[in-house]
Amino acid sequence: MARNPSHQWWITLLGWLVACILFFPIFWMFVTSFKTEVAAVATPPQLFFQPTFENYVAVQQRASYFNFAWNSVVISLGATILALLLAIPAAYAMSFFPTRRTKGTLLWMLSTKMLPAVGVLVPIYILARETGLLDTRIGLIIIYTLINLPIVVWMIYSFFKEVPKEILEADRMDGASTYQELRHVLLPLALPGIASTALLSIILSWNEAFWSLNLTTFDAAPLTAFIASFSSPQGLFWAKLSAASTMAIAPILIFGWLSQRQLVRGLTFGAVK
Amino acid sequence: MTSSIATPSHAPPPTRARSRQRIPAGLLVAPSVIALVLWMVVPLAMAIWFAFQRYNLLLPENREFIGFENFTYILTDPALWVSIGITLVLVVSVLVITIGLGTLLAVLFNQEFFGRGVARVLAISPFFVMPTVSALIWKNMLMHPVNGLIAQITRGLGLGAIDWFADVPLIAIIIIVSWEWLPFALLILLTAIQSLDADQMEAARMDGANSVALFRFVVLPHLSRAIAVVAMIETIFFLTIFAEIFVTTGGGPGLATTNLAYYIYLKALLEFDVGGASAGGLIAVVLANIVAIFLMRSVARNLDT
Repeated sequence: MARNPSHQWWITLLGWLVACILFFPIFWMFVTSFKTEVAAVATPPQLFFQPTFENYVAVQQRASYFNFAWNSVVISLGATILALLLAIPAAYAMSFFPTRRTKGTLLWMLSTKMLPAVGVLVPIYILARETGLLDTRIGLIIIYTLINLPIVVWMIYSFFKEVPKEILEADRMDGASTYQELRHVLLPLALPGIASTALLSIILSWNEAFWSLNLTTFDAAPLTAFIASFSSPQGLFWAKLSAASTMAIAPILIFGWLSQRQLVRGLTFGAVK
Repeated sequence: MTSSIATPSHAPPPTRARSRQRIPAGLLVAPSVIALVLWMVVPLAMAIWFAFQRYNLLLPENREFIGFENFTYILTDPALWVSIGITLVLVVSVLVITIGLGTLLAVLFNQEFFGRGVARVLAISPFFVMPTVSALIWKNMLMHPVNGLIAQITRGLGLGAIDWFADVPLIAIIIIVSWEWLPFALLILLTAIQSLDADQMEAARMDGANSVALFRFVVLPHLSRAIAVVAMIETIFFLTIFAEIFVTTGGGPGLATTNLAYYIYLKALLEFDVGGASAGGLIAVVLANIVAIFLMRSVARNLDT
């Protein structure tokens, strides 16, 4: 589309300005993580300074940082794998053998997302306590699996829908069992879709901060809870907080950049294309 | 129930093959459905069960059925109504900010410009930051009344400094949550705008529509469903904003930032009042369901396309 150059110039300027403003808090956190504690609270704020890695070293030295990070990894991956194991067979059945009830079942699954977590906080807390799952990784894995299951089913369902039925039917005529069909034909075809579904599930689990704050204290506490522990002292440990935060969000930020397209599909249950 | 799946040797006609496959298909769906039924029904039934009892974890021996007493107690607690009011203010203001700005930014990022891809990635980044981190960045490094960047800038301009979390705590929370969710609205609305038919835009332009008219009569109607979806998904999340309040204000000062979720949290995990918290939780469920009905409708309409 032909535009006059000055108009184009303004659009570019505005676009970058908005992007920089929105990204600024993350950028500032990143910069602060390389300052000394004194420089981090200096007046006026310093943009140019002698960078130091001491905060990263200090956060690593608190041996507990790795426990929290490890908990985040185990919980996110565990919940994602479990959700995929439950969702793939269900999505397969619903996309290739739909019945009258399939549409209703899908919508009902979505409706479970509408139950506000806080409404069932007390029962879940008591159930977790009674079953000994309070402050355990297994407990959070189960909850995150259930929270993400509807999204995972919907996404995989929509990816399976794109696989031509004929390919599977030809294979079935050749005598493939359900397992063979899934494992050797469908999964390879739908692998990119499943990968982005897994990515989204990991992102959501990694950042979840209602159940992790309420159901863990120390043993199973993931990074969300670790970072929250910095809030208690009005503490002037901004540089260390920044270093810890940077390490907590960096992997997920990169995942998010990679999967932004699929994210739309997953988060809107395919209602926006 | 016939057992195994169609065997290879005596290839049956396609129709029979399908009917034989249908039984395992049901079994494949079952685990997910059962898991979700349990997830939905068990806690909800427990919440209803507790809501009719006097049940405090500190005094478990006093546990007894008291009918609607928890509901009357909760519903006459002024703090509940304050918290519902704050919840609504939070939900509505963040919705207006994120959808209003999100729509404008979606139009902006739909234009071709130098480095658009990178700029877009930067702009949506806040959505991937965990809520506890974003709340703490804002609380300490940006909104701190002494050393925060905003205070330093306003003081530098001779305007003095605002103590965000003491003077305007709710606005501070609204800013933080808006920053987290604006990228979400932008991302969804941008996707919707990109599906807009270029020919239709061109035709409207040929008919002499200026940019404002184009936006008002072509873009906005096209976005209406996406906006509805964003509004309803965001509402579900905003009804239970928790982490941002937990790490910044702790609901205070006073009740200034205690929303319904935080009110129930205070009842449940600080006062150990299981009955009262369950009754409050059920109120939250009812509120959310009113919203959910609309969301389900708009998604159901789209399912077959």
